[in-house]
Amino acid sequence: MATHAHAAAHDDHDHKPHGWRRWVFSTNHKDIGTMYLVFACTMFFVGGSMALVIRAELFQPGLQFVDPQFFNSMTAMHALVMIFGAIMPAWVGLANWLIPMQIGAPDMALPRLNNLSFWILPFAFVILLGTLFVPGGAPAGGWTMYPPLALQSGDSFPMMIFAVHLMGISSVLGAINVVVTVMNMRAPGMNLLKMPLFVWTWLITAYLLVAVMPVLAGAVTMLLTDHFFGTSFFAASGGGDPVMFQHIFWFFGHPEVYIMILPAFGVVSEIIPTFSRKPLFGYESMVYATAAIGFLSFIVWAHHMFTVGMPLAGQLFFMLATMLISVPTGVKVFNWCATMTKGSLSFEPPMLFALAFLFLFTIGGFSGLMLAIVPADFQYQDTYFVVAHFHYVLVPGSLFAIIGAVYYWLPKWVGRMYDQKLATWHFWLSAIFVNVLFFPQHFLGLAGMPRRIPDYATQFADWNMVSSIGAFGFGFSQLLLPYIILKCVRSGAKASDRVWDGAHGLEWELPSPAPFHSWETPPSAAVIARGAEH
Amino acid sequence: MTAPREALRRANASLTAKLGLMTLGSFAFGFALVPLYDVLCAVTGFGDQKALARAAEVAPQVADESRTVTVEFVAELPNVGSWEFRPVLTSMQVHPGKLYETEFVAKNLTGHDTIAQAVPSIAPGNVAGYFHKTECFCFTPQKFLKDEERVLPVRFIVDRALPKHLDRITLAYTFYDQSIRVGQR
Amino acid sequence: MIRTMQRSGAALLLSVVALLAAPAHADSGWGLLNMPVGVTELSKKIYGLHMMIFWWCVAIGVFVFGWMIWAIVAFRKSRGAVADTAMVHSTKAEIIWTLIPVAILVVMTVPAARVLIDIEDARNTELTVKVTGYQWKWQYEYLGTGVGYYSTLGRESNAARELQSGIDPRTVPNYLLDVDQPLVVPAGTKVRLLITAQDVIHAWWVPDFGMKKDAIPGYVNEMWIKVDTDKTGRYRGQCAELCGRDHGFMPIVVDVMSKPDFEDWLTARKAAVKQAAATTAATPSIS
Ligand code: HEM
Ligand SMILES: [Cu+2]
Ligand SMILES: [Cu+2]
Repeated sequence: MATHAHAAAHDDHDHKPHGWRRWVFSTNHKDIGTMYLVFACTMFFVGGSMALVIRAELFQPGLQFVDPQFFNSMTAMHALVMIFGAIMPAWVGLANWLIPMQIGAPDMALPRLNNLSFWILPFAFVILLGTLFVPGGAPAGGWTMYPPLALQSGDSFPMMIFAVHLMGISSVLGAINVVVTVMNMRAPGMNLLKMPLFVWTWLITAYLLVAVMPVLAGAVTMLLTDHFFGTSFFAASGGGDPVMFQHIFWFFGHPEVYIMILPAFGVVSEIIPTFSRKPLFGYESMVYATAAIGFLSFIVWAHHMFTVGMPLAGQLFFMLATMLISVPTGVKVFNWCATMTKGSLSFEPPMLFALAFLFLFTIGGFSGLMLAIVPADFQYQDTYFVVAHFHYVLVPGSLFAIIGAVYYWLPKWVGRMYDQKLATWHFWLSAIFVNVLFFPQHFLGLAGMPRRIPDYATQFADWNMVSSIGAFGFGFSQLLLPYIILKCVRSGAKASDRVWDGAHGLEWELPSPAPFHSWETPPSAAVIARGAEH
Repeated sequence: MTAPREALRRANASLTAKLGLMTLGSFAFGFALVPLYDVLCAVTGFGDQKALARAAEVAPQVADESRTVTVEFVAELPNVGSWEFRPVLTSMQVHPGKLYETEFVAKNLTGHDTIAQAVPSIAPGNVAGYFHKTECFCFTPQKFLKDEERVLPVRFIVDRALPKHLDRITLAYTFYDQSIRVGQR
Repeated sequence: MIRTMQRSGAALLLSVVALLAAPAHADSGWGLLNMPVGVTELSKKIYGLHMMIFWWCVAIGVFVFGWMIWAIVAFRKSRGAVADTAMVHSTKAEIIWTLIPVAILVVMTVPAARVLIDIEDARNTELTVKVTGYQWKWQYEYLGTGVGYYSTLGRESNAARELQSGIDPRTVPNYLLDVDQPLVVPAGTKVRLLITAQDVIHAWWVPDFGMKKDAIPGYVNEMWIKVDTDKTGRYRGQCAELCGRDHGFMPIVVDVMSKPDFEDWLTARKAAVKQAAATTAATPSIS
């Protein structure tokens, strides 16, 4: 890429700065998007290595490799790194790359803020990963940081809180940028109901972020003052209540899981029509369903804490609200199926990932529905069944959508086509191993294996071994992704402007690779109309 | 060209400011959840510790002699060894509407003068709204001299409106020395 | 291309399965796939709900996955399918697939609510045991009897669970699910558990009893169990809320005895407590 940029330097109408300055001082949505994606990919492998430590220890009963305390650090850090370091930055990266191109804007609305919001992240993660080396070890109280346990951490405690604050600031700044861009920078004629679904889902995600990330900041601030300044928000000894932390945390936490999945809905809503060669079925109901999910996600938080003891009316309310969420989710799945119906389907790598999303996310939705049934949740809660549930919605859900998005838009970004055969291999390896990895965890949970334990009774040995084999298979298969991308950047064949014959949307009206500044002159009404055939 | 650009800049700045305010609002809302949580507890009466730790103002009720409810008393110490703390009676049979008195005994074995605070809790949680205390040692911090032993009275009325599907209540106290905070050692 | 990929995928899956078949053990847990039915009044109801919702999911799954597979098979470009680009919207269809799920959900909620109401009904318990979670053990106290004791991980398990202990966990009976002193409860009796904790949050869970409940410092939670009269025996569970380093090593074991056996056991324990008190009173205290 460097030589490429250099060669273009002489007759460069893009005026891009060179060398390290191009990146450090970048205000360009594409460069920032790239940095976000590279960062996310790096963190994905860091978090993945932690997952492999976990699965190596769980390969057999007995403690073979790590101390239980370090094991607990691994589970907590794996989750924090994957959620805040991999999935969320990947979505912000994709938003950066795609939103200006898709709405006919030259760049994001707030380019300097954009630079800031990215560059906060490396600092946040240096601090978070730095906790691995301080006395007392890394945070080991789970990503949920429940007090009083979280208050028992050593030196890592203030570092973790500071890192969470930084991540929160970064994602809120990113979200503000998205909202302002979408609201103010749309090309004339690109009205809201013409926007691609990826933009729509991100707009709603951005509002969720603004609404709940600061609540998390508040919760961890209270933890901090409880620890250092003698307050007792969460300590019964001072009239506080540890359960209140859980309420505040999940008031953030449940919308947070939708923050990670809504943009995935957007991506799938773009890929499936393209490879079905048919417009998205029920565009408007997709938008309304997304909004409904966004709204409902604020009133279901207590389904994460049914076992703390709640009034009957509360249990019934949260059960009903939670189950209601599966209605708009179902509408989406049905609309995707209807999009494929009477289409003309082909199975390039982005479509394969989108289809796996469709199947496997639905499985995660089913287990979610089961978890919503309160009495049954009294059994499921805090077991591997929950672990299976959220990994089904997050890995073949969010992550597959991210990978699908990369395979979908990569040729547009770099102007070159990647090795589709290798990407298809990447798909099949991922799709098979992800099930070998997570499906048996349903069995383990139902049979009585609690989550977050470093060692287990021998009757759980068999399925744990299967799960660990799946984990290593899945983990190593992912090395194909950076390889395929690098190979594409270096030596891929030239990609056409439209790339996929069924692709619609403004980004495909730009040349490949997309110019440094996307739409310096807004697209004409005719171009918008052509692009908006959803 | 400059005019629309200027207008866009202003529109961006104003929307950014609004979103910034929303962010601050959400941050404040996080903290507002603390009093809101208490309000919710008070409204639902579920596990309402604040109400349990406050003198109740109850209108005198006529005792419902036809109904008997068992009240159990539990004493908890977060740090074993430095205090003695126990109920004098482990349980009582009471009629709703009638005022009763019972006692706990606490002895300071920490080896120095100290202050302790008892924090009440009740099971099942939804009884909190029906369990009225007119007097309790948990309303205020208690001063104890070294090795002092004291009898601590509690006076309570179980409300006549106690739901019919409840026949057993547990009143528990955890006795926190001022120097102790849960979860920290 | 897709065909070859599918074939290689299937080959891979087969080889994984073959690999797994090799180390199958006598005490193998391949068959452990589902929630136990359990031995209490409530556990059976909860199991029933679990199966009900599971079969609903299967039914919906047959429909949804069937539709997906049909679409993928029937509308392939490689088979000459031509897209019907006019098929973009149908208000009728969208209303149907909003309302039918709502109806299904309502149908699912009713039995769930009924079981919840049963769970809340804690009347007529005959025995109260206070359960306290500590880092990392449990304490059981029989209210009003003076009988109380701690329950910690069994000695053999404790030795085998050390990092690189050199002891094969498979040689330890009930590895990690064994304690020095189990909780003892009578069968056929409604027993009330008061669940709390000393230091951090724990959760008390025996899968065969159908439920878990958080043990929260400073708060007392309530839960009741009624084991079927004919289901005396030993049941095992674990702490189900992350509580620090040894969270995985504070199991729960419950001995369910017949009522007379339980009475004998409790009488003996009470006598032991009295004896111990007499001894300490007789000997001048050391400190
Ligand atoms: C059909 C919709 C869904 C329903 C009904 C649902 C329901 C639930 C319930 C009831 C729990 C709590 C389980 C327990 O702890 O006992 C849970 C946990 C979880 N869900 Fe979902 N869920 C749904 C979709 C999703 C989606 C889309 C995501 C994210 C992409 C997600 C991510 C999670 C995570 C991360 C947890 C576990 C958090 C933790 O305890 O660490 N869920 N879900
Ligand atoms: Cu949730
Ligand atoms: Cu635990």
